[in-house]
Amino acid sequence: MAYTEEELKKELETKEYEYGFYTDIESDTLPKGLNEDIVIAISKKKEEPGWMTAWRLQAFQAWKQMEEPEWANVQYKKPDFQDISYYSAPNKKPKYDSLDEVDPELLDTFKRLGISIDEQKKLAGVAVDIVMDSVSVATTFKATLAEKGIIFCSISEAIKEHPELVKKYLGTVVPQKDNYYAALNSAVFSDGSFCYIPKGVRCPMELSTYFRINQAGTGQFERTLVIADEGSYVSYLEGCTAPSRDENQLHAAVVELIALDDAEIKYSTVQNWFPGDKEGHGGVYNFVTKRGLCERNAKISWTQVETGSAITWKYPSCVLKGDNSIGEFYSIAVTNNYQQADTGTKMIHLGKNTRSTIISKGISAGQSQNSYRGLVQVNSRAENARNFSQCDSLLMGNNCGAHTFPYIEAKNKSAQIEHEATTSKIGEDQIFYCNQRGIDTEKAIALIVNGFSKEVLNKLPMEFAVEAQKLLEISLEGSVG
Amino acid sequence: MAIDLKEKLVSSFMAFENRVNIDDPVHEIRVGAMKNFEARGFPTNKEEAWKYTSLRKLEKTNFSVFPKKSKTLGYKDVKNHFLHEIDTYKIVFVDGVFSSNLSETTHEGVDVCLMSSALTKPMYRQLIELYFNKAASKEEHLTSLNTAFSKEGAYIYIPKNKAPLKPIEIVHFATGKEASLMLQPRNLVIAEENAELQIIESHFSLTDNEILTNAVTEIFAAENAIVDYYKVQNDRHTSSLIDNTYIAQKSKSTVRVHTFSFGGKLTRNNLNFYQHGSHIDSTLKGVTIIGEKQHVDHHTLVHHQQPDSESHQDYKGIYGEKSTGVFNGKIIVDKIAQKTNAFQQNNNILISDKATINTKPQLEIFADDVKCSHGCTIGQLDEDAMFYLQSRGIPKKEATALLMYAFTDDVMSSVRIPELKNRINNLIAEKLGVKMGFDL
Repeated sequence: MAYTEEELKKELETKEYEYGFYTDIESDTLPKGLNEDIVIAISKKKEEPGWMTAWRLQAFQAWKQMEEPEWANVQYKKPDFQDISYYSAPNKKPKYDSLDEVDPELLDTFKRLGISIDEQKKLAGVAVDIVMDSVSVATTFKATLAEKGIIFCSISEAIKEHPELVKKYLGTVVPQKDNYYAALNSAVFSDGSFCYIPKGVRCPMELSTYFRINQAGTGQFERTLVIADEGSYVSYLEGCTAPSRDENQLHAAVVELIALDDAEIKYSTVQNWFPGDKEGHGGVYNFVTKRGLCERNAKISWTQVETGSAITWKYPSCVLKGDNSIGEFYSIAVTNNYQQADTGTKMIHLGKNTRSTIISKGISAGQSQNSYRGLVQVNSRAENARNFSQCDSLLMGNNCGAHTFPYIEAKNKSAQIEHEATTSKIGEDQIFYCNQRGIDTEKAIALIVNGFSKEVLNKLPMEFAVEAQKLLEISLEGSVG
Repeated sequence: MAIDLKEKLVSSFMAFENRVNIDDPVHEIRVGAMKNFEARGFPTNKEEAWKYTSLRKLEKTNFSVFPKKSKTLGYKDVKNHFLHEIDTYKIVFVDGVFSSNLSETTHEGVDVCLMSSALTKPMYRQLIELYFNKAASKEEHLTSLNTAFSKEGAYIYIPKNKAPLKPIEIVHFATGKEASLMLQPRNLVIAEENAELQIIESHFSLTDNEILTNAVTEIFAAENAIVDYYKVQNDRHTSSLIDNTYIAQKSKSTVRVHTFSFGGKLTRNNLNFYQHGSHIDSTLKGVTIIGEKQHVDHHTLVHHQQPDSESHQDYKGIYGEKSTGVFNGKIIVDKIAQKTNAFQQNNNILISDKATINTKPQLEIFADDVKCSHGCTIGQLDEDAMFYLQSRGIPKKEATALLMYAFTDDVMSSVRIPELKNRINNLIAEKLGVKMGFDL
């Protein structure tokens, strides 16, 4: 099926219409507060079928019974859930008319990350004409994907177009009642992505933000569902290295990955939401539930670079259900100023010969608190399960904290589990050595931090890795005491 | 009618008040602790610190809180329970009551005597005011419970530059006069500057009647003091032990606690080190070898509050049959505690498919110039090593035992009383079902 410019134009028009639909309603934004009517209204606005509305309501009922978790090692003022508007149409009107109006600091960061002018405009919310360049990329993408039978669309579209897949898999890995925020998300999720890779198909490209920028804004309650059918492969990139100045303070996303027999999913995230200012005011609360299910011989690999958000509460996990399945988790979490991160992973070994690897690097600077929290669980039938975990923390300055909470539970004698953790600071001799060779202290720290994070950075797709490296540098700027 | 141990204990407190002097300042502490226990009750699995250990069954047992007059034991009957190869001071309790005929206390230069006399006699008042309940948690449920009922236990005071002539043994016997008995010994150990001492603590039930011991020990080590504390937990499988130990250390002191957990139905060790000075050395080591449906839970805390100190933790566990092992080691390094070196190691071997191990080595670090590491492994014996030993004619059982000895060696090597080491080695052999000569 050839994809012509005509069709593209049409598609873009329909998209406009999509937005237009929302404006038809009296208000773009639902009133503040959360109750059954609001959940129904959200579902209605999205023109969802009845089963989906019922599903949301079920989640809402569960959420009402639940209490906000307090076990995480973070402190913040709890959001008032009745003081939030749970639905607002994607912002159609550009915030600015030209780049000159945008915060110069933001533009400077863009420049240093090497982001093109057009993209800068998009990210900063500047009105953009149709940029042929990026759209043509999108078009080629769509054509290639369609050819392979890959479905990649927004979750709302998937609910309408592919209800059988959504019905079958939604909520199977992260049930509605899984936790407080997952329940909230299930009730009110605004939008998100849906991806299905058919049997035996190797997705030819990284499904990434570059593509998604052209899609509708996903809002604060994002829902992602990725299904890799038997023997398929997909690499999925989420987020963006550019700082997003999001207005929403609370983000509660849910990501579900399903890797059927012999499939492989690689999921990479770069998160750089507004971390609050230097005094710790403002910033995004990021409460995310991410989990993947591995069937026989399947593999799920999570890679994350977390530099943004005031509060991060995130544990991308793998349920290793099938025999010989593999779970991996590579993470860099950087906290500066008053940021707090409580992040890690869960590896649940259920099948035989399952393997998991956890590499977590935490870097804390300023007044920040950085925690690793992980669970490795080997169930009694998971013979020959193997886990290796390594959590290293790097402290910069003496006002920050690094914490490690690894839970290890083994119920099978053939399990082999290793856990290692170290906490240290950048050695004075290392800095001295760099200074001696004419590298100034700031650069030297960037160099050492990059070396410290190498194991994880290596796991990122190429172009992402370069940006992530620069991002680390920028995040830690000014943290040298 | 279902028994509720908490209610029983709360109502027993009034009866307890008839047995002690309620005008004593210590009693205020007891009353405060009782209030806390009354408010908090027994810990439940919902609390993070008790996630893997349940006291539900114990709470449903009708324990006698005040033992009736107990049986007198002759030294011959229980000789083997003492470290009889060497001479020791002995503080012996039978069903919670001090046994003068089995004990050997002293007041010569050092005080090795009873908590009951320290709490009541005016000559000890000053020290009691200074130290009693000063290290123990005012919050923790079971510690509060013990504090409320604190009356008897060991009191050891070593003045400046002194060392007792021989190690001190604290032994608790339960004779089984009661169908089920709850004991709450309270120990206080004070080592002044440059003092040095060695303590061995053990608990024995002489029958299969159920015993629950909720012990609290406070240890204060002043500058340059050296304290070695060995806990031998090898009781019958009908007894449960909750052992709370609080250690406050001053600069340049060394405290080493070794815990050997082989017996008991449920054993919970809460071992807390608070470092109040610099250049402190804290050592926490343990060997756990259990089987059947035994449950051993080690909770350790090392709180580094001042710069330039060290802590070393090394716990080894071998878990068979349907046993459960828990290790939760927490290291906190305060912001000012720069140049701290904290090491933590927890190695486990599961030898049965029904055994469970839950481990959580936890670090909370607020200082940047520190070296902290923890390592944790769960695995099996090295197959190649097994093969090597077997190929040299060593039967499988003995080969397994040999490798397990090697596994525990990091802990055993720092036991400084050779006779005790020998005895523990023999206990391990017994546990592993092999006969080995260990006259080292």
